[in-house]
Amino acid sequence: MAKIKVATTSLAGCFGCHMSFLDLDERLVALAEVAEFDRSPITDIEHCGPCDIGLIEGGVCNSENVHVLREFRKNCKILVAVGACAINGGLPAMRNHISLEDCLLEAYRDGIGVENAQIPSDPELPLLLDKVHPIHEIVKIDYFLPGCPPSADVFWTFLTALLEGREPSFPYELVHYD
Amino acid sequence: MTGTINIDGQNIPFEEGQTIIEAATAAGVYIPHLCHQPGYTPHGSCKLCTVKVNGRNCSACTFPAADGQTVINNSDEQQLDRRRITQMLFVEGNHFCPSCEKSGNCQLQGVAYHLNMLDNHYPHFFENREMDASHPDILIDHNRCIFCNLCVRASQEKDGKNVFGIAGRGINKRLIVNSPSGQLQDSQIDVNDCAAHICPTGAILIKRTGYQVPIGQRIYDHKDISEVALAQENDNGQD
Repeated sequence: MAKIKVATTSLAGCFGCHMSFLDLDERLVALAEVAEFDRSPITDIEHCGPCDIGLIEGGVCNSENVHVLREFRKNCKILVAVGACAINGGLPAMRNHISLEDCLLEAYRDGIGVENAQIPSDPELPLLLDKVHPIHEIVKIDYFLPGCPPSADVFWTFLTALLEGREPSFPYELVHYD
Repeated sequence: MTGTINIDGQNIPFEEGQTIIEAATAAGVYIPHLCHQPGYTPHGSCKLCTVKVNGRNCSACTFPAADGQTVINNSDEQQLDRRRITQMLFVEGNHFCPSCEKSGNCQLQGVAYHLNMLDNHYPHFFENREMDASHPDILIDHNRCIFCNLCVRASQEKDGKNVFGIAGRGINKRLIVNSPSGQLQDSQIDVNDCAAHICPTGAILIKRTGYQVPIGQRIYDHKDISEVALAQENDNGQD
């Protein structure tokens, strides 16, 4: 049987969800027998090809995030919002009630300890959105794994259910928002 | 009048004057709720306790029990409605659990866990809501207020004061403080008042008490709110 293809990425996230995924530890070996990674920080593949499952960590805070998210949606049969930031914007979304101008001025000009104050303007940098958005506001999401981060058991419960052709469900202990 | 109501096929006795939720709680049947608290005047605003009484949607916290009622509480339809209501509460305010002191002990979060709410479903409002940190011992974070009116009722009914009120309607609804400046520090509230401790979410917090209980030992870390609420409300609630 061909291995299922999994792609992962972090948008406006901290890679904490990816670290939690790695907490699968020895279960990663079992997973590697039935699944292989496409685009992911683990493979360093730059663009996502056709995949079975896409795991998205983080919300959408800039133009690149939007493009990457749409690339995943286009290529992944099942797209999954992983963690608080993907689901509700999370910590990055706490800037949403502050104007982008004020955010940039505080971070790069007026903040304590800023030297050589200048707002980054390299054309290669993706433009920031005025607000950070949960990913379900941009594309259709098939499943949600809450948690900051979701525990390795959440990933395991979810992936094993999909691999066995069952509808994933989570017991009380696995549903938490922090 | 006393008699029997039937909730999800179970016959439950009630006493004169009891609401459906009071009869249910006494019989060990949990009906999800946030604005209801035993011992306080029913408010009927959060709508989480909506049940079908003889085929019609009613708030179990305000609807009187009457002999022969058929009540549907735990159906897929009721639970889906409740999940949607809870999701609306989450997107209307700014509920970032990982950065909230109340996380793990929050009834809004507890109800969401109970309902197996995995996402927020709706687009977020990301409203700009202010904080009031003026009081030396009590913090108001309006981002987390769900307008349950419990602090308003606690101040009036338990503390004999009138510190809080709900002003505005619809999307302009907001919690206000009765003081010349509108600030909590200029109000009559005291840190020992019921109104300072009744908040089901992290909107009204006692300063310097956050994060005292480690993750894993907080109220809803392992226990479903149905279990916690029934135990608490049957233990000390009927005063």
